[in-house]
Amino acid sequence: MTLFQCILMGFLIICAIMVSFSRNLLNSVLIFMSYSLVMSVIWVCLQSPDLAITEAAVGAGVTSILFFSTLKKIHAIQTEKDKESEGEATMVSLEESMEIPEDEGGEAL
Amino acid sequence: MSKLKPQSEYEKTRAFRFFRWLSGSKDPYLGEVEMQPQQKAETSVDTILERMFERQMIRDKVYDVGHNKKLTVFHRIYVAAAIVFCVILVGLLLYTVSYLPRTGNPANPDNNIVSQRYIENGLQETGALNIVSGMILTYRAFDTFGETNVLFVAACCVMILLMIDETLLKKLDAKGGDRYFEPKNDAILQGTAFVLCPIIFIFGIYIILNGHLSPGGGFSGGAILGAGMILYVSAFGFQKTQRFFNEHIYKAAKITALCMYGIIGSYFYITGANGIENHIPLGQPGHILSGGIILPIDICVGIEVACTMYAFYALFRRGGL
Repeated sequence: MTLFQCILMGFLIICAIMVSFSRNLLNSVLIFMSYSLVMSVIWVCLQSPDLAITEAAVGAGVTSILFFSTLKKIHAIQTEKDKESEGEATMVSLEESMEIPEDEGGEAL
Repeated sequence: MSKLKPQSEYEKTRAFRFFRWLSGSKDPYLGEVEMQPQQKAETSVDTILERMFERQMIRDKVYDVGHNKKLTVFHRIYVAAAIVFCVILVGLLLYTVSYLPRTGNPANPDNNIVSQRYIENGLQETGALNIVSGMILTYRAFDTFGETNVLFVAACCVMILLMIDETLLKKLDAKGGDRYFEPKNDAILQGTAFVLCPIIFIFGIYIILNGHLSPGGGFSGGAILGAGMILYVSAFGFQKTQRFFNEHIYKAAKITALCMYGIIGSYFYITGANGIENHIPLGQPGHILSGGIILPIDICVGIEVACTMYAFYALFRRGGL
């Protein structure tokens, strides 16, 4: 095993531990994404490029995007609008924006 | 002796302009840009107090800790047992790993007649230069058929859970749909997608069609195609995507791909199991039209995976295709 692979392995372990210790869910997803990316480089080093392609496309790409859209659905990503809403004036606008899923069948959403 | 330049002279040098451009304070198109340092995320005292209050309320109202001594003891034992279990599991796995044979040892059990046959006769029997592809799509085509079915069932389950009624979807779309909260037509995203999408699509198709010659195959290429479609959708919205990929096309493509795989596969199983000669030509190894059933099956799996990836995203995002 070369030095390069050792460094990658160390990074992999650090990533795997940090995913569970990160408090922010968005950060966890990003760290998980970098974990997949490093893993795909390791697959190339282990001479299996087909697995590397799949890992990069599925692990780093599609899975993270699904995580992001889920986090957005459950309002775990703090957007600019949420930050502003600490003032009471924008509370009204937030309520307005909440209206849309509610009156159009919030259960289905 | 080098001398420190005065500030007015330093501002004329090329290095100063370069670092100013690098730090982003001067933009070639926008002129001077005011930079704001990133602020540290802070949690206010009120939020912390509220969280503590909620936690206390859950302890009091839901679990009733004061009257329920058993539950408290159980929680403590639960935490301790979880830690002990994890440590034991890690120890057990490490202990087992130390008993595994060394890699590369010729006497290892994985070095048996099956892999030898695959490596020695693989090119002759399957006609594929890529041994992995030849193995999973001819010798083990039945396993891969199961995996493709798993993808189909997974997409069905996500549909059952997340699909919205069609009339409701139309009403939502009229109000702006899922992009109601977001800036529409983001210039950077659209510019990037405009350049990248064709390249990603072509790369995915290349990987699918070259599955029997070079690394890759149906699953990898399909995943890349699906990721490219997700990029296109997030840049240009669902309305533009529905011009070339809507629910009818999704259903038709997916079911056709699965049925084609089933038909080709079952022909191959039946002839192979009964020792009948099959009439699919193997072709010359190295040519694009070679490898017998590998190329059509790769295309089927690629379509299936691309549809599934896109459907996952569309259902998570919008609740409909």
